[in-house]
Amino acid sequence: MKILVAVKRVVDYAVKIRVKPDKTGVDTQNVKMSMNPFCEIALEEALRIKEAGFAKEVVAVSIGPPQCVDTLRTGLAMGADRGIHVEANSSFLPLTIAKILKSLADVENPGLIFLGKQAIDDDCNQTGQMVAALLGWPQATFASKVVLDKDKQFATVDREVDGGLETLSVDLPAVITTDLRLNQPRYATLPNIMKAKSKPIKKMTLEDLKVDIKSDIEIVEVTEPPKRKSGVIVSSVDELIDKLKNEAHVV
Amino acid sequence: MTRAILTKKKLVLSNAHRFISITNLSRCISTLILAEHESGSIKAQTVSTVVAANHLGESSSVSLLLAGSGSSLQEAASQAASCHPSVSEVLVADSDRFEYPLAEPWAKLVDFVRQQRDYSHILASSSSFGKNILPRVAALLDVSPVTDVVKILGSNEFIRPIYAGNALCRVRYTGAGPCVLTIRTTSFPVTPITESKKATISQIDLSKFKEDAVSRSRYVGQSTQDTERPDLGSARVVITGGRALKSVENFKMIEKLAEKLGGAVGATRAAVDAGYVPNDLQVGQTGKIVAPELYMAFGVSGAIQHLAGIKDSKVIVAVNKDADAPIFQVADYGLVGDLFEVIPELLEKLPEKK
Ligand SMILES: Cc1cc2nc3c(=O)[nH]c(=O)nc-3n(C[C@H](O)[C@H](O)[C@H](O)COP(=O)(O)OP(=O)(O)OC[C@H]3O[C@@H](n4cnc5c(N)ncnc54)[C@H](O)[C@@H]3O)c2cc1C
Repeated sequence: MKILVAVKRVVDYAVKIRVKPDKTGVDTQNVKMSMNPFCEIALEEALRIKEAGFAKEVVAVSIGPPQCVDTLRTGLAMGADRGIHVEANSSFLPLTIAKILKSLADVENPGLIFLGKQAIDDDCNQTGQMVAALLGWPQATFASKVVLDKDKQFATVDREVDGGLETLSVDLPAVITTDLRLNQPRYATLPNIMKAKSKPIKKMTLEDLKVDIKSDIEIVEVTEPPKRKSGVIVSSVDELIDKLKNEAHVV
Repeated sequence: MTRAILTKKKLVLSNAHRFISITNLSRCISTLILAEHESGSIKAQTVSTVVAANHLGESSSVSLLLAGSGSSLQEAASQAASCHPSVSEVLVADSDRFEYPLAEPWAKLVDFVRQQRDYSHILASSSSFGKNILPRVAALLDVSPVTDVVKILGSNEFIRPIYAGNALCRVRYTGAGPCVLTIRTTSFPVTPITESKKATISQIDLSKFKEDAVSRSRYVGQSTQDTERPDLGSARVVITGGRALKSVENFKMIEKLAEKLGGAVGATRAAVDAGYVPNDLQVGQTGKIVAPELYMAFGVSGAIQHLAGIKDSKVIVAVNKDADAPIFQVADYGLVGDLFEVIPELLEKLPEKK
């Protein structure tokens, strides 16, 4: 079985972002970019499945500008066998990304597609569900545990839901999106970073994939959220209780 | 002659209707809400979603879709019919196929219902339930959904947070198909309802509902934490503990304080990862979003991802022994000190709540 993993290049999670003064978006120039943390977890899980002998190949896919190659190299250094870079200079809505992934899945025929549950930039939490719908495959979202039954070709997945954990079993092929607690992604070691340099990354274009680009959402403006008014530091528990009682009226 | 034209008109009527609904959304807004229910009653988040639907336009009609099976479904349906005066219809899909909320049959169901009644908007709350199913529905309809709407400016213009709530993005939906939204329910609080009204309840005829012969996903089980404390997402008071609590045992202090204030317990990712509390108590970008009247954080540093979940709280209190902890930048009241001293003192001195 082959596993396809979608990885997104995003502003690093530790960066305090700045909204552009012209309100067209968030400043991403000269800002540290990294692989979306949920995608790292997705890739890690795929690698573990391969290492357990359940998969033969792990293919990492990234869609976006030329710099996505760096993200793919990181994935290859973690252990992915090869990369696919779908070059695109504008950023796409999740629906288009899902269509691109569907069309890659039609060619690659993976048994599993892993994605992160959301990207920490657009916070959409949509792509995995949409790929599954387009392929007509079952989905297991927000996974915190994945157990494969290779003979019977299904996966048993614990999902993080609002009330606790839910367990599903999905027939393969399936789409799984990963939550934070699924695993602890490995670091790429120096020798593996060197080795990754010679692993193949195939470049593809939207024309190759014949995906129709839908843009049915327009960004009108991006603004900063309202600032909270600054607070006070109290010096004792008594003062705190007094403020909560007589100033804020919340206790 | 006139008659010929009339018949022709009739023939294109369904198309014409569609055309109007596309070009002039504000005139006929009809919303389908995928409802969440549990043990015979509708969830509070769904009622908030109804409140949100009312912001879409003046003359809007709201239908609630409830799926499930058996008597608890019918009970929930009758309760849903009077949950908010703006609900005009409750649609019930009663079948074993909907016993559990599996995305595949549920997304197909929403599409099935939409094919029969042509809605301009399809909504659900941004819960794990809504986020699981609605994007799948949107892909079936070939439209882009909008996640986590915090403000509705019109029938097709919305505001949603991006980058862990550090920016607000105003988007306009320009597509021709139904507009699919998930609603951040803390942004649409439910005001007490005085008017009582009962919507009509209709059972959906599922005889033509086609599903793949063999279901390819199956529900295995669920482990839920029973708690008597109020629900984290809608509690008036939330008391949160971070990594600094150090153990399951110590975390009980947070629980005690919550009990005393009649509040819910929250946690940071670090506290959940360390195993002090279950994952469903995580507050933040990737956990629950809360907006209580009072939010108290003990031993929480205030990472970007945690703040994403608490910024809309009315009053934020932080207790941390590091005066430079980022949490103090959003706190209305900060106390620099050791939580192991502060919490016992609070427990002793705070007035009792019923
Ligand atoms: C993709 C991603 C998503 C994430 N999502 C979330 C999320 O949804 N929610 C979330 O919470 N985190 C999330 N995180 C993690 C987040 O970045 C932080 O790591 C986490 O919030 C830190 O938790 P903490 O404040 O409990 O721990 P720490 O950052 O370790 O802070 C502990 C604090 O306790 C203080 N302290 C220690 N001892 C005492 C004492 N005795 N008395 C008083 N104060 C004391 C310290 O000064 C310190 O400020 C996410 C991270 C990533 C990468």
